[in-house]
Amino acid sequence: MLRLEGIKTFYGNIQAIKGISLEVNEGEVVCLIGANGAGKSTTLMSISAIVPPREGEIYFNDEPISRLAPDEIVKMGIVQVPEGRHIFPGLTVQENLDMGALLRRDKEAIGKDLDYVFELFPILKDRKSQAGGTLSGGEQQMLAISRALMASPKLLLMDEPSLGLAPLLVQQIFEIIRKVNTESGTTIFLVEQNANLALKIADRGYVMETGRITLTDTAANLLENEDVRRAYLGV
Amino acid sequence: MDFEFFVNLLFSGLTRGSIYALLALGYTMVYGIVKLINFAHGEVYMIGAFTTLIMVSVLTILNLPILAIAVIAALVAIVWSAGYGYTLDKIAYKPLREAPRLSALISAIGMSLFLQNYVRLAQTSDFLPFPRFLPTVRFLDNYDGLSSSQFIIFTTTTVVMVILTIFIKFTRVGKSMRAAAQDRMMATLTGVNVNKTISVTFLIGSVTAAIGGILISAHVGQINFYIGFLAGIKAFVAAVLGGIGSIPGAVLGSFVLGLTESFGAGYISSDYEDVFAFIILVLILIFRPSGILGKPAAQKV
Repeated sequence: MLRLEGIKTFYGNIQAIKGISLEVNEGEVVCLIGANGAGKSTTLMSISAIVPPREGEIYFNDEPISRLAPDEIVKMGIVQVPEGRHIFPGLTVQENLDMGALLRRDKEAIGKDLDYVFELFPILKDRKSQAGGTLSGGEQQMLAISRALMASPKLLLMDEPSLGLAPLLVQQIFEIIRKVNTESGTTIFLVEQNANLALKIADRGYVMETGRITLTDTAANLLENEDVRRAYLGV
Repeated sequence: MDFEFFVNLLFSGLTRGSIYALLALGYTMVYGIVKLINFAHGEVYMIGAFTTLIMVSVLTILNLPILAIAVIAALVAIVWSAGYGYTLDKIAYKPLREAPRLSALISAIGMSLFLQNYVRLAQTSDFLPFPRFLPTVRFLDNYDGLSSSQFIIFTTTTVVMVILTIFIKFTRVGKSMRAAAQDRMMATLTGVNVNKTISVTFLIGSVTAAIGGILISAHVGQINFYIGFLAGIKAFVAAVLGGIGSIPGAVLGSFVLGLTESFGAGYISSDYEDVFAFIILVLILIFRPSGILGKPAAQKV
C-alpha cells in the first residue's frame, strides 16, 4: 500500500534521513521504533509532504506521491496524527473534528464517522462545545486521533501517541489503535519510542538509527531479538 | 457642554470607530495568519477611495442616477482594491514567507511608500473633492445629532461585521482561516491549502478596507494620496489595543479609539486629536501588552 524507496530528507543542509526503504501493506499495523533523533518523525513528515524528500520516491498504491502537496496527500487518504497532538486550541472539540473532515463532501458518512469516534471516546461527546485548548493531555490525544479518523483515512500515520500520557491511558490508547485497525480495516504506520507497547500491537516493525533502517522483522521476532531488547526494551 | 454636544461627540466617535474597525480587521486577520503587520494596508483603503472617484467621474458621462453611479463605482473599487491586496501578498510577502519576520515588515513599509507615491505621480498630490453620494436617510431629517452619512457608515460597518462573523464561524474557509492562524502545520495536515487561505485573508481585509475608504471619503468630501497613512496607523493602533490577531478585539479597540479621540477632541482640545491614539497605545503597551482581548503569548516549554 505504502512504499518508500531510497528516501533522503534534509532540513536545510542537515540530512535527517539517509536513504530508507520500507513498506506497509494494506490492513497491517507497522511500527517504526528508534531513539530520539533517529529520523522517525521526519519519515512521517516526508510522507505527509510537510518536509518533502530530496531524493527517492514514495508510492501509495503504486502511484508516486512525493511531488504532491500536503492537501493532496490527505485527499488520497494518508492522514497523520502528529507528535504533540497539535489540537487547535481556540476551536471547539466539534470544530476540531470538523477540521478533520475538511476535504470530505459525503455528509452522511461524516455523520457516521462522528458517531464512531464518540463511541470510541465518549468523553469527547461531553466536551463537544469546549475549546480544544482546555482539554487534558489524554483527552487531547483522543481528540487528535478522532480528528484524523474523521478524514476517513486509508492509512493512518501516528507519531508518538503515548508521549506524555499516564501509563493507564497509554494502554487504553493502544487498545483503541488496534481496535480501529481491526474494526475499520485502517492500515496503521506507527512511530513510537515506547517500543515494548508498539511491538505488542504491531504486525511488523522497523528499527531506525541515525537516519537509516537497521533492522526489520515481524513484531514478535523483534520483541525476542537480543539487540532490540538491549537497546530499546531496557532488558 | 450640554447633552446635545455629548451626543454629537458620541456619534462622531462611533463613525470614526466604524472606519477604524473596517481597516483594523485587515491588520488583525493578516497578523493572525501570517504574523505580519501589513503596513501597506492603509494604501489599499486609499486606493479604494481613488478608484471610486475615478469611476464616478467616468460614469457621470452615462447620465445615470447618482445612487446607481455610486453603487457601481463602489463595487468596481472594492473589487479593484481586493486585487491590490491579493497582488501585494503575492509579490511583496509570499516570497518572504520563510524569511525572518523583519524582512517582510520592511517589504510592507516599502510597498506602502511605493503605493502612496505611485498614486501621487499617477494622480495628483492635491486634495481632490470627493462626491458626497451617500443618500439621505429620511427619518433623520428632524434630528441634528446624527447625520445621514454617519448613520450609513455605522450600519454598513455593522452589516459587514455580522457577515464576516458568520463567515469566519461557520464556513469551511472561515474554519480553515482560524485553524491556520492557530497552528499552521496542523492545518496543512488536515488538508488546508494555507497559501490559498492566506490569499483569501488578504482579499477579505482589502474588501473591508476599501469599503472604509469609500465611506469616509464620501463623508468627509475630499481625498488625497496620503489619507491611508494616518488612518492605517490608527487602525493598527486599534488592532493592537484590542489584541492583535483577535477579530472581536480589533472591533472593540477601534471603537475605544474612535470614542476616545472624539471625546478627547471635544472636551480637552482638538489640537491634540491625533495624540490621543498614541497615548492610548503607549498606555496599553505598558499595562496590557497583549491588548484588551488578546491572550498573553504562551511560553513554550
